[in-house]
Amino acid sequence: MSVLEKGADTTAGWFDDRLGGAGYIRKSLNKVFPDHWSFMLGEIALYSFIILLLTGTYLSFFYTPSLTEVVYDGSYIPLKGVTMSQAYESTLNISFDVRGGLIMRQIHHWAALLFMAAIVVHLARVFFTGAFRKPRELNWVIGTLLLVMGIVEGFAGYSLPDDLLSGTGARIANGIALSIPVIGSWAAFLVFGGEYPGTAILDRLYALHIFVVPLLILGLITFHMLMVWYQKHTQFAGPGRTEHNVVGSRLFPGYAAKAGGFFFLVFAVLAALGGLAQINPVWLYGPYNPSQVSAGSQPDWYVGFLDGSTRLMPPWEISGFGYTVPLSVLIPTVVLPGVLFTLLGLYPWIEARISKDKGYHNLLDRPRDKPVRTAIGAMTITFYVVLMIAGGNDVIASVFHLSINTMTWVLRIGLFVLPPVVYFLTKRACLSLQRSDQELIHHGIETGTIRRLPNGEFVEETVPLPEVYQVGMTGVEAEPLDAGPETPAPVGPGYEQPQLAQAPDRDGFFSSRRKREKVPVESDAPALEQTGSRKV
Amino acid sequence: MNGQVVNKVSTRGRSRRRSRLSGIAVIMLALVAVGSLYTAVAAPSSAQESEPANQSMKVQEGRDLFLSGCSTCHGLNLAGGAGGPSLIGVGASSVIFQVESGRMPLAAGVQQAPRKDVRYTTEQIDALAAYIDSNGGGPSLPSGSLTDGDLQLGGALFRTNCASCHNFAGSGGALTYGKYAPELEQASARVIYTAMQSGPESMPRYGDNQLTVEEKKAITRYVRYITEAEDVGGAGLGRYGPLTEGLVAWVVGVVALVALTLWIGARA
Repeated sequence: MSVLEKGADTTAGWFDDRLGGAGYIRKSLNKVFPDHWSFMLGEIALYSFIILLLTGTYLSFFYTPSLTEVVYDGSYIPLKGVTMSQAYESTLNISFDVRGGLIMRQIHHWAALLFMAAIVVHLARVFFTGAFRKPRELNWVIGTLLLVMGIVEGFAGYSLPDDLLSGTGARIANGIALSIPVIGSWAAFLVFGGEYPGTAILDRLYALHIFVVPLLILGLITFHMLMVWYQKHTQFAGPGRTEHNVVGSRLFPGYAAKAGGFFFLVFAVLAALGGLAQINPVWLYGPYNPSQVSAGSQPDWYVGFLDGSTRLMPPWEISGFGYTVPLSVLIPTVVLPGVLFTLLGLYPWIEARISKDKGYHNLLDRPRDKPVRTAIGAMTITFYVVLMIAGGNDVIASVFHLSINTMTWVLRIGLFVLPPVVYFLTKRACLSLQRSDQELIHHGIETGTIRRLPNGEFVEETVPLPEVYQVGMTGVEAEPLDAGPETPAPVGPGYEQPQLAQAPDRDGFFSSRRKREKVPVESDAPALEQTGSRKV
Repeated sequence: MNGQVVNKVSTRGRSRRRSRLSGIAVIMLALVAVGSLYTAVAAPSSAQESEPANQSMKVQEGRDLFLSGCSTCHGLNLAGGAGGPSLIGVGASSVIFQVESGRMPLAAGVQQAPRKDVRYTTEQIDALAAYIDSNGGGPSLPSGSLTDGDLQLGGALFRTNCASCHNFAGSGGALTYGKYAPELEQASARVIYTAMQSGPESMPRYGDNQLTVEEKKAITRYVRYITEAEDVGGAGLGRYGPLTEGLVAWVVGVVALVALTLWIGARA
């Protein structure tokens, strides 16, 4: 034992004598996480959040959340002598006069964009693999809340510089609040402390941005991860993996080294973006002035779908009894996100209700094995992407010399036509992939060797698919391929469905998996026999 | 009148005719003498006096250029015609904006005249401008530098009057039905100034009562300044705002991070 090890041993012993916990730590360090690259996507969001906290703390040293008017006297010449808010002045100072301020601001902003993007990618992974199913519905809800909190946090941060862009965003938020029937005016006055823009909004957003919402996000992340810890991570099917175990690497040292290294990789990508790509050049936007607006004023990407829905919405409104309900604002910015996020949060229950699947699931689905779920996901992504494109229709029209009016109509129609088309195509693609899997399993891997039989017939030789892939594809382990004819199912009450060891694998709405048990290889399926040794 | 005089002379005989001829010769000689004397004596002022002559030569040159390059659409007498508006009274500014930005001569009837390669030299453009200006006048460029205005004032005026179409950084923006406010990086100071003066196509016209000469010069300077200024934060991403930033976040950021996830996920 080296001196270092002895020292560590003594120190650890000292703490253990007073606090205990050696047993717990030993157990924790031995905790097993399943190995799959897609399980690390959520970590990108986590590490982006840590970087947001670090860079945000630095920025808060130099930022002043005040709308008090001052005359700028900093380094950026085109604004020298211009009257502006202290908030904007301090943002300019961070960009031009604080050492390292600009790169911190840029890393902070890029980290925000990637935090949200990583959440969405992670959400897609969880969705398409069915990781949200019982017992993990609550963690899905927490994830949905994190997504919404991220949007709120991002919007608050977007508004802080008090440049022309952020002011325009706050103006729109005010309009959205005003569009709510009955309570709209009160809500807008409550949030903004009076008529827009007022002087209170920036202090409020600052408090939300640096304290309330980050704390909520931190709390939700803690719950999110504690639940992963407690419920254990899901895993894909494979040899030795069941619904009741976890196969992977131990937390220490394997997983800890990976995760620690991954943090620095995420930091590297964000630092590279922050150093090489300019983001939100506030000095070009100029100070906020309610009478000004720039062409191409867009929200950051994660709010873009709401901008798009507003742009696609026809100018409808209802008037009566001296009041007007502006449907053109209310529906795309209040009703639509409300419905979307509610459906998202409730999805585990919706699917369980429709598929009548109330079982525990620790093994993940491959997306192709749940064609309907995968198609719903692809359809939703299509809907979302159409809205996002619509949110940038002016810049796209300007850059590619398109007619913005034509584009709006194409996207309006696309919003309702494309998702069903994508749904259909995705479902068919999933079923085709299932078939190709079945063929691989039953037909085997082509060797490229052609054998000529004595009767002159040519046949192609194949080798069976290695078991590790078979198990991964089917979730069924150690079942010999040539199981022979199925034993007749017992008849009587309770025996309608063949009871499998795995999750219910019936032909429901969500799972159209072709049961390989029902497709015996050689006995009574001439079509498959043909593929077993395919004629050339 | 002259015919009657000649008739009278012819009736009065040869001697009178001779004396009349000699009289013309004397007058001619006197004129030549006076003319030579004038040229000799008044030499210092000749430069000033030649300006109208130069101007008329410029107008003449402009007219020639107009007849060969523009009259098919704008008509032989500037009154407009097949596809082209009348140019009487549009002023020199319109000519400078349209020709110096390459929009004129127009290649085809399109929604909005696009920028093209410039077909004329600056001298030729000035000649064309002089010719158009000589027919009905109109706004023309002020004297002095166009880019010595107040930079900060220019910024404020730009954000109020220009950014709503041309975007905060002059990167351009979309208008209705395929029309657009062009990006301003390619626009020279003369083009920027004359655009404000002449209000081409969808753009409003800013006469000297809306924006004074000094204010227009300030805007011109600001536009040149920001379009020439380098992006201090790294790659400018076209200065289109959050749209390209979001695109980079996904196409560069997410792709890089997912690739790294695959890489680190593959190390067991």
